[in-house]
Amino acid sequence: MQTITQRLANPTRFMELSARLLPWVAGVAGVIIAYGLYLSFFVAPPDYQQGETVRIMFIHVPSAWLAMAGYALIAISAFGLLVFRHPLADVSAKAAAPIGAAFTFLALVTGSLWGRPTWGTYWVWDARLTSVLILFFLYLGLIALRSSIEDETLASKLTAILALVGIVMLPIIKFSVEYGNTLHQRASVMRIGAPTMDPSLLQPLLVMAVGFTVLFVALHMKAMRNEILRRRVKAMQLAEVERAQAGQLAAAE
Amino acid sequence: MSAFLALLGRDLRLAVRQGGALGTALGFYMLVVTLLPLGLGADLNLLSRIAPGVLWIALLLAALLSLGRVFASDYEDGSLDILATGTLPMELVVTAKALAHWISTGIPLALMAPVLGLLLNLEIGAYPVLVATMLVGTPAVSFIGAVGAALTLRAYRGGLLIALLVLPLYVPTLIFGMASIAALLGPGGVSSPLLILTAISLASVILGPLAAAAALRVQMQ
Repeated sequence: MQTITQRLANPTRFMELSARLLPWVAGVAGVIIAYGLYLSFFVAPPDYQQGETVRIMFIHVPSAWLAMAGYALIAISAFGLLVFRHPLADVSAKAAAPIGAAFTFLALVTGSLWGRPTWGTYWVWDARLTSVLILFFLYLGLIALRSSIEDETLASKLTAILALVGIVMLPIIKFSVEYGNTLHQRASVMRIGAPTMDPSLLQPLLVMAVGFTVLFVALHMKAMRNEILRRRVKAMQLAEVERAQAGQLAAAE
Repeated sequence: MSAFLALLGRDLRLAVRQGGALGTALGFYMLVVTLLPLGLGADLNLLSRIAPGVLWIALLLAALLSLGRVFASDYEDGSLDILATGTLPMELVVTAKALAHWISTGIPLALMAPVLGLLLNLEIGAYPVLVATMLVGTPAVSFIGAVGAALTLRAYRGGLLIALLVLPLYVPTLIFGMASIAALLGPGGVSSPLLILTAISLASVILGPLAAAAALRVQMQ
């Protein structure tokens, strides 16, 4: 009798399941994000200090959360590959990397655009910005390493090792950047994203965060499906080549 | 133990006899430090303020150059396969090679830094502090770099890829290296950042070979 994990681990079953789930997940994501955007633009009040620009927060903060969650997902997938040899672990890690990188980039860009009117500068070497920038480089490293190795099995294992090294280093990097930046503290005070947020701002933010998360799930599922199909195509092409070669050998005799 | 020392001795002897790698790394170090005043202007006050940072960053870049060769030459002629099947566990093989890299490249770079500090008008009191923090921090550079070298062994364009993979991992070393210099030269001579830097180096000596050996094993099956 197979456990749930074992049943879901079968790629074919995953394809069946995701084919049925994906339209719903995508639909729910669309609805929640639409509602969240409505709340962000028409219901949430402008901040008394930042004015209308506070609305950037409703895209910026969920992107940043997903950037970190994406890397955690890649690390978990890497662990699943190396320790449990889960058949879909590598597909998951490969699919999640570009999506996570995109959310990180979105967080950096929206944050930068938000910084211009509120802090007067597009960039500052604050601890949090620097950490997210380095997280972006870690994502790029994963994508670069995978694309530089032709053998897929090898690429999957090496990328998994790199992901685990990254997840171990990530808290140390964050700690070191926070430590480093307190030595040269900027005079400007960050008042954005205080935990004691007014409900009128918190509610749209949470709605957008949930919407973005469901969007990530939908994108990830779609990317995994694409990757599985791509691998099948490649396997079929290889089989075709082998058949042709065998045919040639037989014809030559 | 004797196998470890034999491998260490072999790598050190090869580093000395091949010669090119260390000379290139030192030359690169010198060139980067020369380019900076040319690019930033020769204002000696500015240079003396940024000198420790410049020297640390140039050291990281110069070390990166030589990391590609840590495993590559042995992989190409098959020695790595023999080492993998030998009595020494792969982790200790990596440790010996990274240690040889530190002794043959890291320490010379660290010792050359004060000489280049002259070019950047580094303040006199900072010389011993700079060398001390570099000697403490360069093991992290070698051992974290060894992880990058192991991951990119069979990768296309490995040299640039190592830099992309390893430079983010060097951030804690760089930050605590700079913080150590500032803290030791500041009022009271605080040594806590230096202790954290030591911890980072020691941790990388233990954990780096674990990751690098796993990566090498995967590539040599």
